[in-house]
Amino acid sequence: MSFYGLVDGSDASLKSYLNNLSGVDQVGAEARAAMLATRSIKTSAKRWAIDTAITMVDLTTLEGADTPGKVKALCTKAVRPDPTDSTVPSVGAVCVYNDMVSVARTHLDLIGGQHVPVAAVSTAFPSGRASMAVKIQDTQDAIDAGAAEIDMVIDRGAFLAGRYIDVFNEIVQIKQVCGDKAHLKVIFETGELVTYDNVRKASFLAMAAGADFIKTSTGKVAPAATPPVVLVMLEAVRDFYELTNTRIGVKPAGGIRNTKDAIKQLVLVNETVGPEWLNPKLFRIGASALLNDLLMQRMKMDEGYYSSPQYVTMD
Amino acid sequence: MSNRIDVKKTYKLYINGAFPRTESGRTYEVKSAKGAFIANPCLASRKDLRDAVVAARAAHAGWNKATAYNRGQILYRIAEMLEGRRAQFVDEIMQVTGVTKVKAEKEVTDSVDRLVWYAGWTDKVASLAGSTNPVAGPFYNFTIPESMGVVAAIAPETPSLLGFIDVVAPIITSGNTVVILASTKAPLSAMTFAEVLATSDLPHGVINILTGKKEEIAPWMASHMDIDALDISGLPAKLHAETKVAGAENLKRIHSFKSADPGRIIAFMEAKTVWHPIGL
Repeated sequence: MSFYGLVDGSDASLKSYLNNLSGVDQVGAEARAAMLATRSIKTSAKRWAIDTAITMVDLTTLEGADTPGKVKALCTKAVRPDPTDSTVPSVGAVCVYNDMVSVARTHLDLIGGQHVPVAAVSTAFPSGRASMAVKIQDTQDAIDAGAAEIDMVIDRGAFLAGRYIDVFNEIVQIKQVCGDKAHLKVIFETGELVTYDNVRKASFLAMAAGADFIKTSTGKVAPAATPPVVLVMLEAVRDFYELTNTRIGVKPAGGIRNTKDAIKQLVLVNETVGPEWLNPKLFRIGASALLNDLLMQRMKMDEGYYSSPQYVTMD
Repeated sequence: MSNRIDVKKTYKLYINGAFPRTESGRTYEVKSAKGAFIANPCLASRKDLRDAVVAARAAHAGWNKATAYNRGQILYRIAEMLEGRRAQFVDEIMQVTGVTKVKAEKEVTDSVDRLVWYAGWTDKVASLAGSTNPVAGPFYNFTIPESMGVVAAIAPETPSLLGFIDVVAPIITSGNTVVILASTKAPLSAMTFAEVLATSDLPHGVINILTGKKEEIAPWMASHMDIDALDISGLPAKLHAETKVAGAENLKRIHSFKSADPGRIIAFMEAKTVWHPIGL
């Protein structure tokens, strides 16, 4: 494999490549993210942003208490987020645990949601603590059950211990399992990587190893998708595009609960990597509560008065 | 001679237990009865209202679930805190409305007494408004009054403190949470009262206070789908009809009152009827 010609797949070349990446200006990244968050998006631009954000939502349920009934309800919502308004687009994907993939796929096909892909969290999500054989089998199961997108977690322990090559090889192997059947999203759990430098390193590591998407977090650890972290990842994606002419997607997940937060993310995307990325093929938002707030804001824009959570579904 | 610079208070809003400035950044002038400048309180916008409703909705589950006994204790605690800051309220009322010291003191005394009175009502209102009903079947049949949810309210212009408490106390007595717009010309007592609330163990978001213009905020209160009821005691009579029309979309209960009355508590409660089978 060529790995875009950036590394040759050996421990030495990977280490030297990652250690020679430019450092992240922490103060600068935070200031820029804060500055972009002050942009005011109103009227028709807001309306466009809300509908775009809906198409980017990976509607997620990752609870131990998930039942087939809950997953089916979620799928129904994913296809028609607002049953009273057919102009609301479907969401980007439904994101569930491995054993719920077939339930979700079957139900989506049944209700006319063939266009909504199912994403499965994989490789011993959320901790990533299992043997490679288990992780590969986990991924294979999800794909066999009909998952078109695999959200894998990296081994943060290995990354923090400096064993970059282990993380790299895991991603390469999972990518091979995915082949052309499934998109691969690589989750860093940025809240555990501690520094922006680590986030930048992890981004390049994952992209060189073949990730289609890089994703901030599992949603189980706080802080998750903070604007500066997303900015750092977007800048890595931009730099990677300049080096390799390949567009990698970004998926912030965790902590994006309302329309304002979602629009801030869209502003970051537009200002960092450009409008080509304002597309569900290259930008997704992992969330569950966010969709209701987007729908309520949409109702407010259409009807002229503030809506209530009583008028959207609970889950 | 003293070189010390005055420490002036910034009057802000009270939303979810915090004192934020208005999202709009606007203020207006409050003047004394003689026309002298006193303060620049916030001119709240509809977005502040929306934020306050979110806070009130989030607070409702906990406040509604608190025992009547506990709500009574907290209302009594508010009365205690108000009593302890009596002098400050007397000064502010005199300064803003120009009434005599005797009148201002009476208003504060009445306010404290009113809070104690409503504190007593928390565990009695259910037996006054509820009932056991005779039914033609093997059932115990109860009617139980419960809080409605989020109530928005507009306080009367005067008396600025007593009028405010007369509106807000009965609403929260039964377990509702409230978003209230204070008197426009005399908002200082309401905002100082927020400091009393902040030290009264009242859960955040149960009472949220805005300052601003009635004609600007009232239509948004009326049309907001997440507000269950509206107290328009402080709204000019000429605006009542259009407010009721705007509130019809989600069947909002809209009332106005003239005096302190247990009926004010009951007006913002709804009845739940329970059929309990006998012989099973």
